[in-house]
Amino acid sequence: MNVVVCVKQVPDTESVIKVKPDGSDIITDDLKYVMNPYDEYGVEEALQIKEKFGGSVTILCMGPSRVVETIRTGLAMGADKAIHLDDPALEGGDAFATAKALAEALKGIEYDLVLCGKQAVDDDLSQTGQTLAELLGFPHASLIQKLEIADDNKSATVHCQVEGGLAVLDVSLPAVLTTQKGLNEPRYASLPGIMKAKKKPLDTKDLAALGLSADSVGCAGSKTIITKMTPPPERAAGKVIEGEGPQETVPKLVQLLREEAKVI
Amino acid sequence: MDFDLTEEQRILRKTVRDFSEKEIGPVAAELDKGESFSYEIVEKMADLGIMGMPCGEEYGGGGTDYLSYIIAVEELARVDASSAITMCAHTSLGIMPIYYYGTEEQKKEWLPKLTSGKVLASFGLTEPDAGSDAGATKTSAKFDHGVWIINGSKCFITNAGTKISGIITITAVTGKREDGRKEIECILVPKGTEGYEVGSSYEKMGWRWSDTRALYFTDCRVPEENLLGKKGHGLRQMLEILDGGRLSVGAMGLGGAQGAFEMALKYAKERFQFGKPLSSFQVNAFKLSDMLTEIEMARLMLYKASWLKDRKRPFIREAAMGKLVCSETMGRVVDQALQLHGGYGYMKEYPIERFYRDQKVLDIAEGTSEIQRIVISRTLGC
Repeated sequence: MNVVVCVKQVPDTESVIKVKPDGSDIITDDLKYVMNPYDEYGVEEALQIKEKFGGSVTILCMGPSRVVETIRTGLAMGADKAIHLDDPALEGGDAFATAKALAEALKGIEYDLVLCGKQAVDDDLSQTGQTLAELLGFPHASLIQKLEIADDNKSATVHCQVEGGLAVLDVSLPAVLTTQKGLNEPRYASLPGIMKAKKKPLDTKDLAALGLSADSVGCAGSKTIITKMTPPPERAAGKVIEGEGPQETVPKLVQLLREEAKVI
Repeated sequence: MDFDLTEEQRILRKTVRDFSEKEIGPVAAELDKGESFSYEIVEKMADLGIMGMPCGEEYGGGGTDYLSYIIAVEELARVDASSAITMCAHTSLGIMPIYYYGTEEQKKEWLPKLTSGKVLASFGLTEPDAGSDAGATKTSAKFDHGVWIINGSKCFITNAGTKISGIITITAVTGKREDGRKEIECILVPKGTEGYEVGSSYEKMGWRWSDTRALYFTDCRVPEENLLGKKGHGLRQMLEILDGGRLSVGAMGLGGAQGAFEMALKYAKERFQFGKPLSSFQVNAFKLSDMLTEIEMARLMLYKASWLKDRKRPFIREAAMGKLVCSETMGRVVDQALQLHGGYGYMKEYPIERFYRDQKVLDIAEGTSEIQRIVISRTLGC
């Protein structure tokens, strides 16, 4: 089984996010970056598949030179090789433009499965994996929490989280699956893994190598445009309902819920 | 000047930080309370590959530079001092003497077992009557018909009494030098050698789940080839081992200070008094600013000393400065961090109480703060 894992570098989940005064973007100067946590499940699952069936694990990542650290983290965890899409024209893309570049990068590579995190924790779009599947013409299943590959490697059974329950699906391979918490427990990059990561093949591709035009990807090729970013409104202080016991407080609460919050 | 860490060092820091927070953090308070050695954490650290980082790959070590090792110790200590001391005493005091000075046979016999973390190593220098004054060492090793006969005792030794402890390098007086001073050698004593007895565990103020013992040697015989490296080099070996060890104890102060600072900052932002978070009172905001400033200064000093060591440049003075500034910085930081916690900080419910206790030994172990000042002053010709 050859598995490709699409990985995104995102601001550290502990970062304090500030919006630029003009609302065009967030302030990135002091940000620390990490591998998108949902993609870690993808890397781990791919490594487990390789351990069971053999084959290879390839990390596919798009972004400026800083994302190499995230790619190397994947290699340090145990992936075999990586493809890095690095071109200024690719920047600022939405899920569609990103999926387009990823689909192009997958041409000419042999693979049986593509794994993506269910969403990236920066823009939380949750569309790239599905869009990629459409562009590749492969089936997809999202938010998977369990994956069983058939012994002939031609199909898989997946457990997907759905509203209020679990859907069990059979998918033919190749397919694109998006990974969710609960699928596995991602391993740590061990020290020997970190030391070996630098020697593993990393193929950097620019737009020309992808064979795409600048207007079809990145900001120019996007279907959606971010017009303005604003921080969420600050939460107002809560209200304490005073009174002797529920007999007094409950009617007051009901009244407030009806008249002030207008939720009942 | 380049203040950037390498890519490997950045990934390493993140991985050891995640590991410490997830694998050690949740059990640290319980282990501290129970005072029992955690084989599980040692095994997990071994799986992560950090039980012999600066030792060469040909002996199963990590093959990293010293700074990478310092960063790993720092990240462990940010969460739990007992884990950090167990790992770093094993590495800089247990493994490195054999790696630096051992004969090829000694290296081949011991290093693969030690770097895999399956066997722990320790170093025995301190004695009941010889602490800062290492020249007062009384433990003797008499050479007789191809064997060393060791008599004496050691105290406060880390990692010597666990079920997986396998080897100790001890310092012993082997005779008199031409100038009339004692000749000191380092000798390897495998655990289980007849006449080598491990005392019961000390009850300690901090570093509570790490293993600390007194050791007794009574006509303990080891073969001639257990002398570490070449004859006549013992004193120099010992001093150099301590220089490297100082950096790792410094890293424990640095990491501990960082951890305590982060707790203080979080608490000061969450805790409301007089209708405002503690951090909004300037007296507290200034405290937090001073803490972080001091930590950053200590980090620069320690990293510079490690940088010098990695470049094989003289670093004795800088190692002493790094150890001194890091342990004393942590002392001031834990004091203020606990103060910011108020009454809650005095309760075991909050980890700052453990950090406060774990700090004190950093002013003492691997050369007291006073000894560091002596080392520094000697480089000034004082």
